[in-house]
Amino acid sequence: MNAPLLTARDLTLRFGRIAALDGVDLEIHPGEVVAIVGESGSGKTTLLRVLSGLMRPDGGEVSYLGQDVLGMSEAARRRLMRTEWGFVHQNPRDGLRMAVSAGGNIGERLMATGARHYGNIREQASHWLTRVEIDPARMDEVPAKFSGGMQQRLQIARTLVTLPKLVFMDEPTGGLDVSVQARLLDLIRALVADLGLAVLIVTHDIAAARLLAHRMLVMRHGVVVESGLTDRVLDDPQHPYTQLLVSSVLAA
Amino acid sequence: MNHSLVTEGLSKVFRLFLQGDVRIPVLDNVDFSVAPGECVALTGPSGAGKSTLMRCLYGNYGAGAGRILIRHRGAMVDLAAADPRLVREIRQETLGYVSQFLRVIPRIGARDIVAEPLRARGVPAEAAQARASELLTRLNLPARLHNLPPATFSGGEQQRINLARGFAADYPVLLLDEPTASLDPVNRQVVVALMAEAKARGAALIGIFHDTEIRDQVADRLFEVLPIQDAA
Repeated sequence: MNAPLLTARDLTLRFGRIAALDGVDLEIHPGEVVAIVGESGSGKTTLLRVLSGLMRPDGGEVSYLGQDVLGMSEAARRRLMRTEWGFVHQNPRDGLRMAVSAGGNIGERLMATGARHYGNIREQASHWLTRVEIDPARMDEVPAKFSGGMQQRLQIARTLVTLPKLVFMDEPTGGLDVSVQARLLDLIRALVADLGLAVLIVTHDIAAARLLAHRMLVMRHGVVVESGLTDRVLDDPQHPYTQLLVSSVLAA
Repeated sequence: MNHSLVTEGLSKVFRLFLQGDVRIPVLDNVDFSVAPGECVALTGPSGAGKSTLMRCLYGNYGAGAGRILIRHRGAMVDLAAADPRLVREIRQETLGYVSQFLRVIPRIGARDIVAEPLRARGVPAEAAQARASELLTRLNLPARLHNLPPATFSGGEQQRINLARGFAADYPVLLLDEPTASLDPVNRQVVVALMAEAKARGAALIGIFHDTEIRDQVADRLFEVLPIQDAA
């Protein structure tokens, strides 16, 4: 089978007396969707930030296609983040430029990868707005006029337009109404399958993880307590904490 | 022998940590096999572990001990020891599962749910959807329902979607958990015919059938799953 895209070994990070990451190992392969689940404070968002080079661990290694992510220059990491990586933030305001039009938000990322032809960029932006179910007629409006769900879909369009190989998602449905969440999850599911993206998604929503992820890691107190095939982990949990997590979800 | 699937010493104990670390042994040293073109029906009283065995065979429950050998890409592979990516590959190409209940996905229509296993193998959308429509029609699901998400469908309709999904991809090994439970007699016979066709093309079938009439029509052999006496 093919080589992993991203590999992390023995990551450790402490905030004072609290271990945010305690010996975490992780691999993600092309086209694989991996969910990191756990309660607030379990270290899952910290892990995502370390893996994407946004935060330095105290120890351990992260490598992306053989390149040392932690040793990379800031410029090289930013280049990666503009091209082969994408990051979808929980709050769309952290991933969008709120004063720039919807079309501009998408076009800007395309231009960062070398696109120059205005007509093509506009056409691509229109295509991506349609793909994330936003009326392309609203291309010239600023995202501040959009609902939370639309802003999140715009952030996803902006992230995916460059066809990244690896996308980090931090609670992408976090602040949204349940009805909006379902639509967004379904959209993410379809786009990820169509584009064959590798996705590392942090969520505390077990149902979302079941829907989206092939594989799952369960974190508690900075430690990965259990990992494996998503349906195996959820239907036959082996660790006391995973059993608690699964049994705490209300079946709708 | 040239088996499609073999278990050796398969055992499963559930540990329930939230209930004071209770241990519930369900499978103990199960040796089971199924050949291409054969249908084996799991029998035994309710609670004996038939569904647990089935879920272990799919990799949905982890095996506690023993091996689950499945013929995948021409070689016998131990599913019990396979890493998640290999299990996914086996499920995509070799091993299908028709569960009792359909897991509906918001906004996804019946036809797309049925076509999904074929799409995952890289079959073009049109061909996959044509195959899905053909199976849904054969299972007497009216065409006007094919585009609709099945969340509001009846139990029998949802089960037929599950069945169409299970039979769409011509898996070499197919697990069927109560495939005819909520179907009317006409559709039960469609399922019997689908199973017979699968056997004829060399598929190995493993099923749980409470309906003994159906069971006797399709099963070549019975395999009894016996309850384990409480060790305590």
